Amino acid sequence: MPKLDNGLAIRNSESSDVPSVVKLDARITGINKADYWADMFERYGKRENRYFLVAEDPEGKVVGFIIGEVRAWEFGSPPSGWVFALGVDPDARLMRVGTILFESICACLRKSGVDTVRTMLARDDELNMAFFRSLGMMGGPFIQLEMGLSALSSDAPTAGEKT
Amino acid sequence: MRLQKATQCALFAVLELAQNPEQQVSAADIAEKYSISANHLAKVMRDLSRAGLVDSMRGAGGGYRFSGNAKRVTLYEIVKMFEDVGQEGRQEAGDDSPIGRALKQVTTEIDEITVSTLKSITLSTLMKLTQRHQSQP
Repeated sequence: MPKLDNGLAIRNSESSDVPSVVKLDARITGINKADYWADMFERYGKRENRYFLVAEDPEGKVVGFIIGEVRAWEFGSPPSGWVFALGVDPDARLMRVGTILFESICACLRKSGVDTVRTMLARDDELNMAFFRSLGMMGGPFIQLEMGLSALSSDAPTAGEKT
Repeated sequence: MRLQKATQCALFAVLELAQNPEQQVSAADIAEKYSISANHLAKVMRDLSRAGLVDSMRGAGGGYRFSGNAKRVTLYEIVKMFEDVGQEGRQEAGDDSPIGRALKQVTTEIDEITVSTLKSITLSTLMKLTQRHQSQP
């Protein structure tokens, strides 16, 4: 596994990394989601055109992770890369961990044949939005919409029911 | 969204200075480069100086120098100095009606997107974007 100038190494995740990712994510978000990350590893750590990368510091400690994949024809969009999870150990900030992880996953996505990468953020997540923008990302052609389901009639039929 | 003249002057000046933080540039040179009124720019420079974003050097060879942190200062901080952005306007007649409240919901969505965009773009990011435009014909 090649080491970068700052001693970091980027590699595909292994099942033994899942506890470190759970711990790191819990430290960042304050929520322990062991089942979720085990499922993410099953879905993204082992399949083609899906990437679950981790960053290791010189001591072999996992200090960051990133997950992404190629999605095709969602919302009418031709195949494009999506990055939907990124976490960096707060103690390893300013070591370019996030930047290197992002550049690595972009290289993987490019090899998978796409030339665009997308992500989605909370509108008030200024820290991460500033990070992605500093790497050159701009607002894309899509807009996310949502509503509370309670606003819909509860009389509407579900699949298999007749009106 | 169209930025007001003062905001645009401030952004031209700050970004021009931030691109070469070691260099002192006169307000007249900035005004000439961006075809803006020197008088208007002088007022804007005073505001930027008061906000700690530029230092003014007096005397021969004097001028302005960027004194902020380009990786920390966002477009929002500069824009809000000169115009109301993302701030609730004063209460108008009809605002409490159902149509007024529905319109408020829409304009709030627009404002929130504007604010989050401006807050997430630092001067450093805008300088990178500028370089990309410079390298394109």
